[in-house]
Amino acid sequence: MADVPSDAPEHCPGTSSVEAGKTSACQGCPNQRICASGAARTPDPAIEEIKQKMASVKHKILVLSGKGGVGKSTFSAQLVYGLASDTSTEVALLDVDICGPSIPKMMGLEGEQVHQSGSGWSPVYVEDNLAVMSIGFLLSSPDDAVIWRGPKKNGMIKQFLRDVDWGELDYLIVDTPPGTSDEHLSVVQYLSGAGVDGAIIITTPQELSLQDVRKEIGFCRKVKLPIIGVVENMSGFVCPKCKNTSQIFPPTTGGAEKMCSDMQLPLLGQVPLDPRIGKSCDEGRSFLSLEAESPAAAAFSSIIQKIRQYCKDGVEDGSPD
Amino acid sequence: DIGSEKGNLAQVRHVVLVLSGKGGVGKSTLTTELALALRHAGKKVGILDVDLCGPSIPRMLCVGRQDVHQCDAGWVPVYTDAQKSLALMSIGFLLENPDDAVVWRGPKKTALIGQFVSDVAWGELDFLLVDTPPGTSDEHLAVVENLRKHKVDGAILVTTPQAVSTGDVRREITFCKKTGLRILGIVENMSGFVCPHCSECSNIFSKGGGEELAKLSGSPFLGCIPLDPQLSTSVEEGKDFIQAFPESATFSAISHIAQAVLANIAAA
Repeated sequence: MADVPSDAPEHCPGTSSVEAGKTSACQGCPNQRICASGAARTPDPAIEEIKQKMASVKHKILVLSGKGGVGKSTFSAQLVYGLASDTSTEVALLDVDICGPSIPKMMGLEGEQVHQSGSGWSPVYVEDNLAVMSIGFLLSSPDDAVIWRGPKKNGMIKQFLRDVDWGELDYLIVDTPPGTSDEHLSVVQYLSGAGVDGAIIITTPQELSLQDVRKEIGFCRKVKLPIIGVVENMSGFVCPKCKNTSQIFPPTTGGAEKMCSDMQLPLLGQVPLDPRIGKSCDEGRSFLSLEAESPAAAAFSSIIQKIRQYCKDGVEDGSPD
Repeated sequence: DIGSEKGNLAQVRHVVLVLSGKGGVGKSTLTTELALALRHAGKKVGILDVDLCGPSIPRMLCVGRQDVHQCDAGWVPVYTDAQKSLALMSIGFLLENPDDAVVWRGPKKTALIGQFVSDVAWGELDFLLVDTPPGTSDEHLAVVENLRKHKVDGAILVTTPQAVSTGDVRREITFCKKTGLRILGIVENMSGFVCPHCSECSNIFSKGGGEELAKLSGSPFLGCIPLDPQLSTSVEEGKDFIQAFPESATFSAISHIAQAVLANIAAA
């Protein structure tokens, strides 16, 4: 059964929810009896379908943060630009931020539309070896709001994973919204058959970010998602005029370095604030290419190399997830 | 019954939502600073923090680990001071361990927010500020639907100057229009950084996007707040920035915004 059937009432909790058939919204729904009996909560066949689909994808990586605005999408964009700079590597970026899809703009693909073919939805290509999918491509205007409750978002994510014709990929990077809710549970659930290599956790140095990021790490551990490591963004700002460094988002509790030490996680790197990063993202261009000599680009490149190595080591161990 | 449904909000004079389509632009920071500014102006203020996955308000007001008590009318909010001039409710207070993740799907979040709106015994307040997570989803719908019986003055939308941010906030504006929420105005946060060493201003997150968005959408532009490590540190440590740095450009910006909000509400 669909997660939110077409004849379901407005506040349908979703057929796979533990509350299926039991909430006040379920009264009067034609599916109530089936849901309440638990029959609708058999494993979603989509999980197996997605496993089949993902057989041609060598490495799947999630980019997560408990906190908003720390640079998940920015990092995801640089990661795929970096991985795809080797033209023999096939890379794709899936944006599952349903309410705030930033990826089309960051990848210079605003206004592009998705096409359907016999083999499913075609992603949008930045380069021959770099494909992107986002709900942004399904919206007709930049003012369109996606005002959806959880179950409908879950349905969209399932379609993205099952129905997009990715082809053969070396890397599928999944950019997520902040939090530990529907989108995150759904991505993990739907990829549970296919397996995920790991998650990259993004933070900024402040405790206000770290306190949310610790929750995200807790989430990863709860759902047994391996953590590749942590990236600390916005890690200091060097004034272009006097070259002094300011900590605009001060690491009052030791920053990512201390958190990683406390939680025994690798710190993959620290990326400084650089106005050219935001500018590149706004313009839909690769910061890595445009400002290759900058300290921030060097930091990104070093982190990307570590991620490549992690994936390579995983394959050599024979344990991709 | 309708009488008690409106009961807990009956003595709340003004309700203002703080929204953004975009994460990390400073909604919670602005909510906190506005609350402090209003309190310094002699108002009684409450903050309802409906960011269930990433509740920042308790830390920003230095009220970390608190038990929430019940009274006849429902839950007693947590007060930041003995004078009870600033009241809070956040899921942060209901977690046994502050590092516990709240891994809930939409319907469960909706249910708790319904309780937060109707079952907190706010008592008499001049302002109830509602801090939200980014997006246009369960939490936002829950807040708007549960507040329908009560008059909501409107929403303040927060953005940073960049196009990636205003791009998301445009969608939030559509949300407001679709749900009948009046837009009190747009605030542009992280609007430039003045180097403390040489006073050079760097537009780290670009420039001007907030004002452009206000023009584009026909909404009032409430003002800009600069990037300020002293503000970041104050909210990190739960210190009252308004009290600590009254001479700063940032304080002046926040006061200006608070005045503009009060004026917009009064003009309605």
